[in-house]
Amino acid sequence: MARIGVFVCHCGENIAGTVDCPKVVESMMHIPGVVHAVDYKYMCSDPGQRMVRDAIREHKLTGVVVAACSPRMHEPTFRRACAEAGLNPFLCEISNIREHCSWVHEKSEATTQKAIDLVRVMVEKVKRNRELQPISVPVTKTALVLGGGIAGIQAALDIANCGHKVVLVEREPSIGGHMAQLSETFPTLDCSQCIMTPRMVEVAQNENITLYTYSELESLDGFIGNFKAKIRMKARSVDMNLCTGCGSCYQKCPQKKIPSEFNTGLGTRTAIYTPFLQAVPNKPVIDRDNCLYFKKGVCKLCEKVCPTKAIKYDQQDEIVEVDVGAVVVATGYNVLNTGFFPEYGYGKYKDVITGLQFERLASASGPTSGEIRRPSDGKVPETVVFVACSGSRDPAKGLPYCSKVCCMYTAKHAMLYKHKMHEGKAYIFYMDIRAGGKMYEEFVRRAVEEDGVNYVRGRVSRIYEEDGQLVVKGADTLLGGMPLEIKADLVVLATAMVASPGAEELAQKLHVSYDAYKFISEAHPKLRPVETNTAGVFVAGACQAPKDIPETVAQASGAASKVLQLFSKPELMREPVVAVVNRTAPPLFSTCVGCFLCEKACPYQAIGREEIKARDGKVLKVVAKVNAGLCQGCGTCVALCRSKSIDLQGFTNEQIFAEIMAL
Amino acid sequence: MENDNKATGAFEPKLVAFVCNWCTYVGADLAGTSRLKYASNVRVIRLPCTGRIDFMLILKAFAQGMDGVIVSGCHPGDCHYTVGNYHARRRWILFRSLLDFAGIDVRRVHFAWVSAAEGAKWADLVNKVSGEVRELGPYKEYQGLAGKGIA
Repeated sequence: MARIGVFVCHCGENIAGTVDCPKVVESMMHIPGVVHAVDYKYMCSDPGQRMVRDAIREHKLTGVVVAACSPRMHEPTFRRACAEAGLNPFLCEISNIREHCSWVHEKSEATTQKAIDLVRVMVEKVKRNRELQPISVPVTKTALVLGGGIAGIQAALDIANCGHKVVLVEREPSIGGHMAQLSETFPTLDCSQCIMTPRMVEVAQNENITLYTYSELESLDGFIGNFKAKIRMKARSVDMNLCTGCGSCYQKCPQKKIPSEFNTGLGTRTAIYTPFLQAVPNKPVIDRDNCLYFKKGVCKLCEKVCPTKAIKYDQQDEIVEVDVGAVVVATGYNVLNTGFFPEYGYGKYKDVITGLQFERLASASGPTSGEIRRPSDGKVPETVVFVACSGSRDPAKGLPYCSKVCCMYTAKHAMLYKHKMHEGKAYIFYMDIRAGGKMYEEFVRRAVEEDGVNYVRGRVSRIYEEDGQLVVKGADTLLGGMPLEIKADLVVLATAMVASPGAEELAQKLHVSYDAYKFISEAHPKLRPVETNTAGVFVAGACQAPKDIPETVAQASGAASKVLQLFSKPELMREPVVAVVNRTAPPLFSTCVGCFLCEKACPYQAIGREEIKARDGKVLKVVAKVNAGLCQGCGTCVALCRSKSIDLQGFTNEQIFAEIMAL
Repeated sequence: MENDNKATGAFEPKLVAFVCNWCTYVGADLAGTSRLKYASNVRVIRLPCTGRIDFMLILKAFAQGMDGVIVSGCHPGDCHYTVGNYHARRRWILFRSLLDFAGIDVRRVHFAWVSAAEGAKWADLVNKVSGEVRELGPYKEYQGLAGKGIA
């Protein structure tokens, strides 16, 4: 006979504010099998957990239902508490009466009734729970890091420096990401390249890191500790082993007018190119879309000048397979003009540029060698207008979220400009100044007070060209919405930070969830910020949400430490939510009839065949058999099985039908 | 669960939602953390994946006195288990025509995709289905059969 204990949490006022918790407790006592029911203000607190442990011992409970928040929050907490009291942790279930009840309904009898129903359903399930043992699986101690920006580099170095192998995959021909493009960084104004490039070199020299640049993840299969990743190495047309990076090829390449991605279209590059001089690896690739040989079958100049015969026009994409135990996703962001504000004239007027383009103009490695000259005629601008929130924080026309870094980099841009052009005028149109961070507010104050940057609180309505100048029309809302017209030589838009192209496809390959803006979702917004919903896949940097460099680096180190935690033991324990094929007495042995529909349906190839043999070795029957190491517990096979011979532990037919019967 | 609202005497439908653990359950959690308000007549049953949903579960729910059923999981392409939701979708197409054949109003079963980011969509879905089933009135047919020991 089941002896179930029910523990109803008030969650302070979060549950008790709308649900009559004592009434829930009272009604539980009428359910057969419930021997103990109690409510408490904070069940997850230490005294709350002690109540659970004590009750298990005192009432010899065979099952526990905790009616509280989502199981995604505290299922592990209470399962651990049960285990401490000697109860198999899989005999504990959570009934979600907070997210699914008290928070979404008004205080009423119906809400309390719903809470009672939800708890009763779970009691009926727990009565049918079985003791389960965690499955131990081996861990491949190699990490896959996707993205070679500062997040990926930091994570890769942290893991590699602890003695584990790392495979670092970067889509572009060089690692470095957006940080390599930046001029100087707030709030210290130290040069981005000066702090970034040594780390890039460190990656290249670290013997634990295998670097795949100009490569992308093709697919990821398997599960935590045991992933199989396929990486597509795109054809570089250059033999990496032979190339010495001398640069003769790109000096001779006749295709010189291709807009350089690294310089955000403000500079040019050749068809065979390295993105920038400090590239790691410093070995070129041929851009086949723009190469004369690939387009017209003529030229081959690079092949002629290459001293080591490294040019390979016939190179093909190559697929490499690696076994990894954990994945860190650090694929970054994008700031392309998203066309939210056509009235700003981006793309129409050459001198309306994005913040990232301004970074290249201000960078010593940029197309103007750090001199701020406007793109249209190379003139040094006398008036520059910066428009903050060009797409962010605008649910009507742009994106509702805050891109977080723009306030700071806009202040920095204006400052850099003023440092180079003392006589110039810098205006910043802003909504609010968000400068939360160490030394951030002080930095903004410096821009205003020491460098004389003019902050105008208000939005820009239109930008148009007149007599070779840009006219910025806006309003100053601190002066009662006074209309304002500024004649500018250069306009810099702080365009919104958006997910990088292909973020959705990547998330699908990794089976991780992502939000409405294609940013990857963390497992918990506060308590599990570097984990994803998929065990063994971690997240770092701006692919999760807009963030600045210090936060990115902190999150990358956090992700690395999670990976190292996983790698600290030879095996890891997995939840035993796996399918099993039943066994019965002879002569049936199993109700499985051997149709093997399950084998076809299983997405993990976890179902094989087992021969049941007589003593003389004669095969009596062939039945399905689940490989518990491969099974991920989706239960697709269970729904398909005609003879109901396969069942999913933790979500058995018996349990779910009991839940329905309790409705 | 009482079939009729005691205070007003008006019919309140009973709904059960079979949802997957990775998308819709999290979406419903998000509706909670966002404090969205929706009809309180839905009871959620959590399953690992919509691929786990045997349509016997849905029939059993009707036999048990439910007036409507919601089935919701990850969007196509987003399944945590790669293809479970495709299995569910295919099964739903078959089941739908069987429902029609058996004379069960297909409007009582609502199949949806709600991702982990779509808390508002979940709230809207529950309100919408709740409203539709309220229009349809209580579901008695299957319970009648069950009473006769047929189903």
